[in-house]
Amino acid sequence: MTWPEWMVETVGRVRLVARLAARDLRRRPAEAALLLVTIVAATTTLTLGLIVRELVGDPYQSTRGATAGPDVVAVMAPPPGETPGQPSGQPTDIAALEDLTEADSVVSHSGPYPAAGAELEAKGQTGQTVDVQVIGRDTTPASVDRPELTQGGWVQESGVVIEAAFADAKGVTVGDQITLNGQPFDVAGIAVTAASSPYPKATCYSACAFDATPDELSEVPTWVLREPGLVWVTRSDALGLASEPDSMPYVLYLQLEDPDEAREFVNTHGPRDFSVPGLLVWQDILEESSYLVRDAQRVFLLGSGLLSLMAMATVAVLVVGRMADQSRRVGLLKAVGGTPRLVAAVLLAEYVAVALLAALVGLTLGWLAAPLLTEPSVGLLGAAAPSLSLYTIGVVTGVALVVAVIATFVPAVRAARSSTVVALSDTAHAPRRTNWLIAISSRLPTPLLLALRTLGRRPRRVVFSILGIAVTVSGPVAAVAGYAQLDEQLAAGGSRAESVERLLPVLMVIMATLVALAAVNAVFVTWATVLDTRHASAVARALGATPQQVSAGLATAQILPALAGAILGVPGGIGLLFATDDNVPSLPPFWQFAAVVLVAVVLIALLTAMPARSGGRRPVVEILQSERG
Amino acid sequence: MNNDTVLAARGLRKDYGKGEALVRAVDGVDLDASQGETVAVMGPSGCGKSTLLHILGGLDRPTDGEVWLADRRIDRLGERDLARMRRTDVGFVFQAFHLMDELTAVENVELSALLAGHAARVARRRATDLLERVGLADRAGFLPSALSGGQRQRVAIARALSNEPLVVLADEPTGNLDSASTLDVLQLFEDLHEAGQTLVVVTHDARIAATADRLITMRDGAFIDETRLTGGTTGRLGDLAGMDG
Repeated sequence: MTWPEWMVETVGRVRLVARLAARDLRRRPAEAALLLVTIVAATTTLTLGLIVRELVGDPYQSTRGATAGPDVVAVMAPPPGETPGQPSGQPTDIAALEDLTEADSVVSHSGPYPAAGAELEAKGQTGQTVDVQVIGRDTTPASVDRPELTQGGWVQESGVVIEAAFADAKGVTVGDQITLNGQPFDVAGIAVTAASSPYPKATCYSACAFDATPDELSEVPTWVLREPGLVWVTRSDALGLASEPDSMPYVLYLQLEDPDEAREFVNTHGPRDFSVPGLLVWQDILEESSYLVRDAQRVFLLGSGLLSLMAMATVAVLVVGRMADQSRRVGLLKAVGGTPRLVAAVLLAEYVAVALLAALVGLTLGWLAAPLLTEPSVGLLGAAAPSLSLYTIGVVTGVALVVAVIATFVPAVRAARSSTVVALSDTAHAPRRTNWLIAISSRLPTPLLLALRTLGRRPRRVVFSILGIAVTVSGPVAAVAGYAQLDEQLAAGGSRAESVERLLPVLMVIMATLVALAAVNAVFVTWATVLDTRHASAVARALGATPQQVSAGLATAQILPALAGAILGVPGGIGLLFATDDNVPSLPPFWQFAAVVLVAVVLIALLTAMPARSGGRRPVVEILQSERG
Repeated sequence: MNNDTVLAARGLRKDYGKGEALVRAVDGVDLDASQGETVAVMGPSGCGKSTLLHILGGLDRPTDGEVWLADRRIDRLGERDLARMRRTDVGFVFQAFHLMDELTAVENVELSALLAGHAARVARRRATDLLERVGLADRAGFLPSALSGGQRQRVAIARALSNEPLVVLADEPTGNLDSASTLDVLQLFEDLHEAGQTLVVVTHDARIAATADRLITMRDGAFIDETRLTGGTTGRLGDLAGMDG
């Protein structure tokens, strides 16, 4: 079979571009590896952010399936009294709940069940009570909401079943003795349900307080339940626990013909006033069940945003450095007949290939790491099963490509369009002249003179360095600014503390990744600067600059952008915090931000000291003899 | 060493490599350059001329031997002291000019003075004077890329003179220049000679060598011949070179 000529030509061209790009990557493996690692950091975090949300759905859906979870939970509260929130003592309108079971779309129901607030005291924790909601259930299995027992048996007289996440948090197991409002009960079982989100976000059937600080809790009225747990008892026990058995909330669980129509059902039958039941759809319970994951997702998306910016800055620095090195290669390619399009394709292909590989690695790492970071709550059934949706794959690959292409497109096209003679003579990347820096520097001590002139030679590299440091510093600044809030939440305990405790390691990993990338970036930029200024440094030394002065100049040329970037990172970090958190506390004192800036600058100084020292001590004669003007 | 000796070397040796790969670039060289004297060193490529010049200027260190500059032994100085010495006592002129591409002619010339710690205004005034002296006052604001080879070398010579050094060391100063530019540079060296500047010039160019007070021939790292020329002391370098028009 003979292939058409155009196809042979195209395939040949693609193979040529691929081969040239691969060889160039192999020529500088360290840079290629750094490029890969940088983009992988961003794609992994982004992958985690995108798939972590999907992870929680699986355990909840498993639980829903296993427990015949309701599509709608209806709650009828007793008529309100004159004091807001307090019942009037009038009987609850149970008939209003029962009317819902007659609705066309309802295929099955269970209840209404009486619900009461109570104080639970576990054995061995005398005097330490926690709020719970008790629901009075039949001793026989219901058609809708059959809590799945993970331990023990179902409710019986004086035998209660405790929601699994609540039991886990309080260390209660089957056989323990507890008291509810002072009455003794045995723990008959531990169970999970899809009719309520797991503790500490249990779905509330009366007035409840969540995420409150100790100060806020002290102001909460006594009839409001504080982050209550969920306990199932028999109907008679529930009535026995209520202060006014006729005037207590009732709960009804409904299954609809089409669960996806749950919201429409609520719109049709939803509450207009206190005379009709309050309705809650299963999607809301799912949403509440995933609050940990929501926080994690926010952290990952934020982290991946920062890492993507960092990756872009790093890639730009690498590309600009490589392009300078590649100008002669571009000249050679053009001299042997390579068109500007072919040259641009070769240069872009390198970075696109690295970006695609980074996307693949990032997707894999994110997919593997996701379950470790989002292990399902003990209040739900089933293990998290991470999956990569086409959407996730598309977004991650797209971001990796965008990072690579944005950073490489302009230099690649410029190199491709440069004159062949200029490229061959290697003057395509002659240093820039920055008049004002040269003028100012002539009035400064030698290290600063050398530093400012070094900065003036490569202004674009300086901009990328500043951006990289600003992005890096904005992370810790946001952490410092938000620390007071985190600290408060940790001290307060409860659900937010759990969320913070769980997310802190993730935050730390992202920060560490950012800092590591910034460190590698700083060392790379310093090396690139040392190489780029080797001739200027050698001339300066021939004219009488000491190695120490040259080294100090090179180091200062890194520290000045680092200082600018670190200072920019302060408003950046504060802005980041405000953009991602609606509940920003008052900002910490100025010295804390100054300390972050100082630490960043000192770290950069330490990191760049070695390459800068080496740059100041390179053999002058060797360089002057190898660089012929 | 005479009292008026500015630069001296004794038993200078420079080895590269070890064992069978050992190369002796400079082999037992003795040299004296007196105040105001022009010494030319000639020899084939690779004979060690440039290495000798680098050692004399403190850019490189000898394997053995001594280098004295103005009665101060410099071959044992640390890098910092060598750098300070280069700032004030030595001016280099390279074949490849080694100007900073991003600096104008006047900025290149004033750089030496700035590195020596002179005030910016003083350095600029001195650089402007020197550019006038080398005939480039009207090119002070030009970048090296806008100058001809001869003009670049004249800028480099002006830079070498910036701190009024004891000795100017020139490494193939006309090696990259055409005839007309070579004449310009020769004329400048003649002016320096007349002004009493001590010069050590390494060159392939017999015309430059012929203008020196002394001509040393070098081969395989050693001095094999030394000739005292009469013309050089008259200061008529251009005449001797046969390039006066």
